[in-house]
This record gives sequence, structure tokens and C-alpha cells, in this order.
Amino acid sequence: MLQAFIDKLVQKTPPSVSNRVSGLSDKKLAWLFVSPTILLLLAVNIFPLVWTIYLSFTNYRVNRPNRDVKWVDLRNYERILTDSDIWQTMQATAHFLVSTIVLQVVLGFTLAFLINKKFKGNDLLTTLIVLPMMLSPAVVGNFWTFLYQPQIGLFNYMISFFSGADPSSFSMIGDVHLAPWAIVIVDTWMWTPFVMLICLAGLRSIPDSIYEAAECDRASQWRQFWTITVPMVLPFLMLAVLFRGIENFKMFDLVVQLTGGGPGSLTTLSSIDLKREAFEKWKTGYSSAYAVILFVTVFGLASIYVKALNKVKDR
Amino acid sequence: MSYSVTAPSSRTKLFSGFVVSLYAIVTLAPLLWIIATGFKSGQDSIHYPPKVLFEPTLEGYVNLFTTRTRIPSDQAPKEPSSMTWYEEIVNEKGELIAGPSKYGERFLNSTVIGFGSTALCMLLGTMAAYAFSRFKVPLKDDLLFFILSTRMMPPIAVAIPIFLMFKNLGLNDTYLGMIMLYTAVNLSLSVWLLKGFMDEIPIEYEEAALIDGYTRFEAFIKVVLPQAITGIASTAIFCLIFAWNEYAFAVLLTSGDAQTAPPFIPTIIGVSGKDWPAVAAGATLFLVPVMVFTVLLRKHLLRGITFGAVRK
Repeated sequence: MLQAFIDKLVQKTPPSVSNRVSGLSDKKLAWLFVSPTILLLLAVNIFPLVWTIYLSFTNYRVNRPNRDVKWVDLRNYERILTDSDIWQTMQATAHFLVSTIVLQVVLGFTLAFLINKKFKGNDLLTTLIVLPMMLSPAVVGNFWTFLYQPQIGLFNYMISFFSGADPSSFSMIGDVHLAPWAIVIVDTWMWTPFVMLICLAGLRSIPDSIYEAAECDRASQWRQFWTITVPMVLPFLMLAVLFRGIENFKMFDLVVQLTGGGPGSLTTLSSIDLKREAFEKWKTGYSSAYAVILFVTVFGLASIYVKALNKVKDR
Repeated sequence: MSYSVTAPSSRTKLFSGFVVSLYAIVTLAPLLWIIATGFKSGQDSIHYPPKVLFEPTLEGYVNLFTTRTRIPSDQAPKEPSSMTWYEEIVNEKGELIAGPSKYGERFLNSTVIGFGSTALCMLLGTMAAYAFSRFKVPLKDDLLFFILSTRMMPPIAVAIPIFLMFKNLGLNDTYLGMIMLYTAVNLSLSVWLLKGFMDEIPIEYEEAALIDGYTRFEAFIKVVLPQAITGIASTAIFCLIFAWNEYAFAVLLTSGDAQTAPPFIPTIIGVSGKDWPAVAAGATLFLVPVMVFTVLLRKHLLRGITFGAVRK
């Protein structure tokens, strides 16, 4: 279909245009091909970023356009870094980040390890397991609030079915001890397949001959697992952790729909907090500084991590 | 079949298959529950214990596409024979259809913005990827990393200046604004993936075409593009799914005319409180296309979700 479309496009192009374009030198063609992408990214990504950095030094507020915009130096940054509420949201973010990554790595690796035993129907099961991660986090997160309903929710019913507890005695979203785990559970449900797929690629990249050699040397299964399987899969696993780390640092849609940041501000992750400051309190200058701090954090952590990843890869 | 010392025993296989199947059942339960709830009546949906077997009804779907009011007590009941099937369903609950809901429009918006941004993204992405794959572009690695790094920013952080920019340009809540934004967000993915696919096409084909008298541009159109079609198609599906699922920008930058389905579906309510069958019906219609695409894409899935970093 696409081929037919291209053919038609080629036929329809007037000869004067096609001669001018097709006669271009490689260098000119390269620039012609790359520049639209770069220009769009400059307009929609870099220009806004520079603007954010500028705004972060001012007291600008969107909802008061007529007020004089004053340069406030580093005062926005100072206020953010000394605010104890922000440290609380950072803690909530860290809790979310660490718990989801640990759970997803353990579950994802185990699943990949089992699937790699190549039992009948493993392809079909892999495809089915992968489904949750491709779906809209906002829509799915919203529906999970229904599954989490005390009494009528499927999740509570299942827990009570296996544990004997009264299904209306606990509320995953309303309880201060359970809410931080409620978001971890849904994120793990969605993204374990991601870690699983990457681990599976790692496991499949190990040639059989290595295991055969180990078998000849009479290395035990246990020993083979720790000296062959784990080190060979590690770079893949670390890559999966990098992706999950960046994504969950940015986490917004799923958690907003699930808990809205509550109860209180217990599940208010950085992105949710930032959204409130910027689009509900309209503290534009202040929240720009907040955005810059978040971006520098994620960029810095990711760079350090990539260095470590490259070291593991080169080993 | 040759004997191998490393092949798993049949007992290991049985055990692995059992555990993985168990996980699949648990992980698919919420999705099946969404689909099932869409066909439940309001009472069945909040029944205790949760109902696995129920009498299916289209009530949820009718409620999804309509807005309704309670029948005023002084109004004469309408003749049952003159009612359509959906009016009958609503009537049984003592409600009247007041008009269509916004779901259809929101779904259409999602479709237009999704396909529009994907088309634009593929056009720009294919060209840029070809250039990065075949030509000596100055600062190539830096440019490629720059393109990737745009994906690391939290959407909310970028949304502040984009909100201001769109406000000044009158792009808030318009198709054009959203298509441009999603194109920019997806470009990193499409350039990285397509470059990988194009790197895999042997350069000899083009060289042969160039010797035959094709210009570079003709070689790109007539030789490279047809070879890259599988890659282009799967990249396009990834871009489409992303634009389809996106919520953060949509909720901040659209509110009416150009609002997409993800910010809309959670706001669906019935005449008296949250109407879960209608929400589930809306979610089902929205999620099922993505599930179908995921199954179609399964061979390229890993590559797509890792920006081409892992290839099978």
C-alpha cells in the first residue's frame, strides 16, 4: 500500500520540482533531510527549555499577566531546596522508584528465566503477558480505582478470598500505609513485562556452547547460573533499569488517576507536585525553577548510571 | 533431533509453563474485568461478591454514548413500540436520553491527532534517519544524543513554557498544536528506530542504483524506502500508540475542542454518581485497538520499547 502511494507521489511530482530535488548533492540532501527535524525540536523542545530557565529566575505568574516581571536571582531555587514539603515529595518519589524497580527486576527476570525454558506455547504467553504495558496508563489507572474499591473491588475480594480478611476492612487508596504500595502494585503490574522482554533478549543472546563447556567441566547448575547467566544478562538488566528509572522519575498519569497524590500528600510524586505549583497555584517562576531542578536531577543520575552501564558492558 | 546436554528436562518445562501461565492469568484478570464490566448492568457491576457470571447488557455502551436525565414524574410514558432498542434500555431504568455524549468526539479527536502526528513524524523521521544512516552529518553523534535527550524531560516540566507559547500563538486546544507537540515528542523514537532499520539495509543496493544512473534522491525513494517498509510500519505503530495513550500534555493543553480520550474517559459519570459500566465500555473501545496492534507488533516490540537499543 505504502509502495503504491510512493509511486503515485513520484509520478505526481512536477518534473521541475523533482529535477531540482533529485539533482541535489549528498551534502545538500543531508541538510534538507535533517533540518526539519532539528528545527521542530528546537521550536518545541529547546526554545521552551531556555524559556523555562529564564523564567526560573523571575517571579512571573501566568494568572497575573499585568504585574511587573521581576528578576529574583536564585531566590526560587533557594525556596525550593529549603522547603520540607518538597523533600517529602522527593522521598515519595524515591520510595516509588526503588520499590517498583526492585519488584519489576525480580519478577521480570524470574519470568524471563522460566519462559526461556522454551515450553510449548511460550510465544503466545509472552505476547499475552506483554499487553498491559502498551495500554494508556491514565485509562487503566482510572479503572484500577474500581478494582481497589473496598468490598466490591476485585482486588480486595481476591485478597480477602486468599487471606480471610474482610474485603471492606481495608482501602488500598485511602489508607496511609497502603496507598504508597497501591501505586507500586499497579506500576509493577504494567511494567514487569518490559523488564521481562529485555531479560529474555539477554538470556537468548547467551550461546548454548558456553553452557555445554560448563557442563563438560562439571559445573553445577547453581554455579552456572551465577557465573554465566547472571553476568551475561546484567548489561540487559541494567538497561531495563535505566529505562524504568527515567520513566518512573517522570511518573504522572498513572498515579494522578489512581490516588490523585493522596491520602494527604503521601503519594504526591515530584511531577504531580510540580503540576500543582504550575497549573493550580500558577506560580510560574517558582515552578520553572522546580522543573529545572528535576531535569538536572534526572539528567545527572542518568549520565552517572550510563557510565556504570558502559563499564559493565566493556567487562 | 540431536541430543543436547543443555536442553531443559520435560519436568522443568512443565513447571515453568505452569508458573508462567499462572502469572498470565493474574496479569490479564484486570483487563478481562474491564471488558466484562462494560457489558454489566449498573447493579451487577457493584455486586458483592464480584460477579463473574452475569447477564450481558449493552447498558454501559448506551450510557457511554448518551447523556440522560430522570423521567419527570408528570410526563406521560412513551409508547414502547415506538422506541428504539437503546431508548428501551434507558427507559427501563426510569431515564430519558437527553442527547449524545462527548465520547464520540473525543474518540475522533484521539484518532485525528494520533494519525496526524504519526504521519508527520514518519515523514520527518524517515528523512532524518536516512541522512543519519548514510551521510556524514557534522556533529552526528551529538545531534542524535540531543534528539534522544528530549525524551528525558518530565512532560510537566516542558508543559509550562509550551502552555505559554501555545497561549500566545493561539494553539491551545487545537488539532494543529497537539499534532505538532506529539510529532516533536515522538521524533526521538522514530529517528532512532528508523536509523537502526536503515542501517540494516545493505548500502550496495543504493550503490548499484546510483551506478545505473539514479540520483541519490531517486535511490532513496525507489530503493531504500521499499526495503525499509516493515521498519517504517512498525515505527509508525509505536508512534501511534504513544500519541494515543498520552495523558499529561493532553490534560494540560486541551479542554474542549481538541481534547483526546484519555483525559475524558475518567470523567465519565452517570445520572447518579460514577457509572462504572460506561467507563469500562469507553476504556474497552479505547484499549482494544492497542491490544490488536501489540499482537501484530510482537516481533518488533522489544526494539520499539528500547529505542532500538536491544535488537533480537
